[in-house]
Amino acid sequence: MTGNIATNSTLLVVGGGISGMTAALEAAECGKEVVLVEKLPTLGGRTAHLYRYFPKMCHPTCGLEINLRRLKGNRRVRVLTMTEVVAVDGERGDYRVTLKIAPRYVKDNCTACGDCAEAISSEIANVYEYGLARTKAAYLPHVMAYPQRYVLDPSIIGTAEAEQAKAACKVGAIDLGMAEETVQLNVGSVIWATGWRPYDAARIQPYGYGRYRNVITSLEFERLADPRGPTGGKLLRPSDGREAKNIAFIQCAGSRDENHLRHCSRICCMASLKQTQYVGEAYPDGSGKSTIYYIDIRAIDRFEDFYQNVQADPGVSFIKSKVASIVEDKDGNPVLHGVDTEGYHRYATTHDLVVLAVGMEPEANSIRLPDSILTDSSGFIENSADGGMFGAGAAASPLDVNRAVQSATAAALRAIQVIHKTAATESTA
Amino acid sequence: MTEAAYRNDFLKEVEAHVEAGHEVKRCMQCGVCAGSCPFGPYWQHSPQKIFMMIRAGKREAVLSSDAMWMCTSCYNCIARCPRKLPITHIMHGLANYAHRLGLAPKGQPTRDFAVMFWQNLARRGRVNELKLTLGHYFKDGIGAGIKQGLAMKAVGLGLYKAKRLNPLEIFGGHKVADLSGFHAIVAKAREIEDRKRGLAS
Repeated sequence: MTGNIATNSTLLVVGGGISGMTAALEAAECGKEVVLVEKLPTLGGRTAHLYRYFPKMCHPTCGLEINLRRLKGNRRVRVLTMTEVVAVDGERGDYRVTLKIAPRYVKDNCTACGDCAEAISSEIANVYEYGLARTKAAYLPHVMAYPQRYVLDPSIIGTAEAEQAKAACKVGAIDLGMAEETVQLNVGSVIWATGWRPYDAARIQPYGYGRYRNVITSLEFERLADPRGPTGGKLLRPSDGREAKNIAFIQCAGSRDENHLRHCSRICCMASLKQTQYVGEAYPDGSGKSTIYYIDIRAIDRFEDFYQNVQADPGVSFIKSKVASIVEDKDGNPVLHGVDTEGYHRYATTHDLVVLAVGMEPEANSIRLPDSILTDSSGFIENSADGGMFGAGAAASPLDVNRAVQSATAAALRAIQVIHKTAATESTA
Repeated sequence: MTEAAYRNDFLKEVEAHVEAGHEVKRCMQCGVCAGSCPFGPYWQHSPQKIFMMIRAGKREAVLSSDAMWMCTSCYNCIARCPRKLPITHIMHGLANYAHRLGLAPKGQPTRDFAVMFWQNLARRGRVNELKLTLGHYFKDGIGAGIKQGLAMKAVGLGLYKAKRLNPLEIFGGHKVADLSGFHAIVAKAREIEDRKRGLAS
């Protein structure tokens, strides 16, 4: 990757999740040159971690596959994984971007055979499983990973394990001499599709996440429900591996709270309603029970019918109350304390497992954005002061996948306008 | 129900006359305060209920509730309120307002003690602990007072030996250096507070 292939007619997309992929592809399919950078070793973002989407209960792998196919068929998108944006200088139509590319230690002739992983024993926390499982230090991020190439974790570099992995590779794809690279390129416009991260549930002190093993986040629950996940799709609770049948969902865990995230994260109500259906599926005999504790259900947009169907489900009950606190009983069961708003009844209810519907925090809060980027009071990206850089998807607003894709398409159109204007000015000059 | 039953001036009254009363309407009835209160089931109305009752115009029920007087100012509700409502301050504001109107519950022990404490303090600018303790013990009559006093005898003697309790305090007791100045300050503070809250002195 050298600077001279990108010009100020090139569009840079930061973040390779569903929004970044969409923005990059929409622009490329309009004939624009696009550079798509992703911090992690694979595209797909948080979407790839989900078991199913609402409202159709279809699998994210389907949508990802479509986008990956579009990507493979388009020569105008240049994908850079393990790459971060270090600096953005210049102005609308003429930015100079500095990128830092971390070493993968695996070249592009990798066949993803897995021999390197077989050859070593070191393990690291599996980020894709939100730490619920471990993976070898030579790993393919997940089955849908793009590019389909293994990665060597930096923790084994310089050890005998790395040499073993290298020796095991039949195609000689492992290069332990790879080093961090810094590259610069010119672009006309930048789309920030940096996405979101789950709010740190341990900061919601009264709910005991991190202290009580049977209090987990909604993202972790997605992995439990996934047949390819750490429990093979069984809803086993972390403390004793027992099947969790009586599951509580706590809404607004971190959202709509001046002490945590002040915004409504929008997706969590639908996500919990969706997850009650996982419970029903896991126990076809009807022995699974879901209880949703909520302030008010915000089944965004046209999903009211989904909410009504869940309400009619005999396995699901609703308690209008923001849970005040959780304590653990001697058997490790979480006991929820609070007062409901429909009759002011005080409850202390024991469940097998608690799922915190954690809010969406903009990932941009953890990275250094260019100074000219404007964000709202929660840190969501609006645009740049010069009108040449845009937020897209969950980086711009808490959105579900469907709306993130719409937002990304809109951002691509705005970026294309910037590039067109730049080109027009240059041709008349 | 007549239309009048739905007319609700009480929220406006609370906003105008109660400390932090303008915050009441921001409550979204999530119930975290009620669930977090250590008094839990032991009082008539949780803050969540009180705020709903204010908006429902339940003037008598709110102002004669014992709830505001039970608050121990532990601040659990403020710490957890997702809208950062100053719940403790509102509860004390309501207690004060109800007291000023003479609608606060009669014989409510914490209210009685609060009145006793204030009178004790306001007289000489210093709390006379001996008089306050005796006043508290004897509030239910001489028999009850003697019984209470005897039960606490060992504590009292211990405090005396540690020079934390002076029996001579029974005769007037210590006071601030400028007593008339102190009384003027209190009177002025009350005047300002009453003006701010729109209350007649």
